[in-house]
Amino acid sequence: MALKQTLAERILSHAAGRPVRPGDLVVVPVDMAMAVDSIAPSVISVLRQELGARVRDPRRVAIFIDHVAPAANVATADAQVAVRRFAAEEGIAQLYDVGRGVCHQVMIEERLIGPGQIVLGSDSHSTSYGAIGAFGTGMGASDVAMAWASGRTWLRVPETIRIRCHGGFGPGVGAKDLALHVARTLGADGARYAAVEYVGVDHLPLADRQTLACMSTEVGAKVGLIAPSGEVAASWPVPEWLSSDSDALCQREVEVDLGSLPPLVAVPPSVDTVVEAAGLADVRVDVVFLGTCTNGRLEDLRAAARILRGRTLARGVRMIVVPASSRVLAAAVADGTLATLLEAGATVGTPGCGPCIGRHLGVLGAGEVCLSTGNRNFRGRMGSPEARIYLASPEVAAASAVTGRITDPRALAF
Amino acid sequence: MARVWKFGSDIDTDQIVPGRYAPYMTSEAELGRYPFIEARPEFAREVRPGDLIVAGRNFGCGSSREYAPKALKIVGVGAIIAQSFARIFFRNALNLGIPLFEAPWTDEILDGEEATLDIDAAQLVTAHGTYALVPPPDFVREIWREGSLVGYYRKYGRFPGEGADRR
Ligand code: SF4
Repeated sequence: MALKQTLAERILSHAAGRPVRPGDLVVVPVDMAMAVDSIAPSVISVLRQELGARVRDPRRVAIFIDHVAPAANVATADAQVAVRRFAAEEGIAQLYDVGRGVCHQVMIEERLIGPGQIVLGSDSHSTSYGAIGAFGTGMGASDVAMAWASGRTWLRVPETIRIRCHGGFGPGVGAKDLALHVARTLGADGARYAAVEYVGVDHLPLADRQTLACMSTEVGAKVGLIAPSGEVAASWPVPEWLSSDSDALCQREVEVDLGSLPPLVAVPPSVDTVVEAAGLADVRVDVVFLGTCTNGRLEDLRAAARILRGRTLARGVRMIVVPASSRVLAAAVADGTLATLLEAGATVGTPGCGPCIGRHLGVLGAGEVCLSTGNRNFRGRMGSPEARIYLASPEVAAASAVTGRITDPRALAF
Repeated sequence: MARVWKFGSDIDTDQIVPGRYAPYMTSEAELGRYPFIEARPEFAREVRPGDLIVAGRNFGCGSSREYAPKALKIVGVGAIIAQSFARIFFRNALNLGIPLFEAPWTDEILDGEEATLDIDAAQLVTAHGTYALVPPPDFVREIWREGSLVGYYRKYGRFPGEGADRR
């Protein structure tokens, strides 16, 4: 193709069957549309009551019970009963129940999606699928119901903001720090309606790409894309048309020297107030939460374990580890990572969202301070509006758990 | 003539309808009682069908909950005019058929003033001036005409702009 295009433009051109440009409205086939336990009841109601329709192709539907799993009260338990019944009635085999893990992790683990596909989710972090080069984006109940009924959706072709990376991370620094740096640079709505595309990250493993793609929604992006290469290209079929021109016209380009990034922390209540971890040594923490679709993978647990090996949690600090999936948990058991975390004094919750949205498994009380590896820190996100949530990498989380204060992991030998 | 309800920037979906008032916590039938129930309690009591919301930047940021714009639709909000909208809110509101406009001049519009929105002429008329709106694409007008995207699909079996021969 002679036309120079960004990854978002190329994927949507392929899906629409004609070359498209930013601002065009297209109606495209949807390869997969998923819903999670908290939104599925609304999707089902739009599908059945408002559309009077059924699921068109159950193979293109996935449902996850992960946000409040296991159920926290009778209301959520009843809602889950109804969702399971719906899946059975519609012949949806891809229902992932309590304990299987966070939707965005399981979608990729189960290979329900592939590079170049159009994927919708009833959850804003559906941008995560950009990690494998899929056009993943979050939508509301009507959109997901329409996709289930019709197999299609409408999209406005986004402008692209390109993040051009150079070099590699220094010790104790990783993808989360890059994502926080991007949030600081663009601002929480700096990529509204736009695609974020990372280039120069061919050396990064899948897990890091998932962190970057996931966090793209925190700058308001529609999609966060990384062209398949390295580990991703080796393990997924990549369509031959799926490539990006790194000199295609874009809305904005940001250059990042990875080697110069320090460990970073987002200060509550916004994701784009980002400072160096080393500058927050006065901040005492009560709870360290290691998990979520952003940083709950085996690599994240291992990074924390490297720091916690032979050490114990500071007095008065609780550490809650929620593996992103049952496979992550099993692998962390098999290689001894989990034992290291437990010996240090951490505890483990059911794979899933855990306390990330403040509904169960570690809700925060007034005055508590949490250092979380998640992606959102606005008031009340994890419970009391009077609690404070700092966001950082697994390395910063583990170092802070050891000292009881927000700590630059490079200050501890590991 | 409609009344203007003026809001600032970064109005998030929790201010529009707090999570505790989600339909699965209460009931769909009650949703119309809850828009801005905590952030601006007189809104749900006094809003009249056709009234206009005028706001600053990033209106509707936060979660993907469609019941936030739905509550505004139930009370009959005539249109939302903001300097910018958060992405998922914009989609959800558009799908529900609520007229949305992005405009740079919203700071000049006053809370509580009377104004007339002329969608066909793409302008807002106030006592202190006439303000131009960017006319929406046909795709959007078609959704408005049928009340919602779901309504459109029910009637035609396709999305706006798709060939009429679609299955
Ligand atoms: S882990 Fe947190 S951010 Fe990720 S899907 Fe679950 S609730 Fe959302």
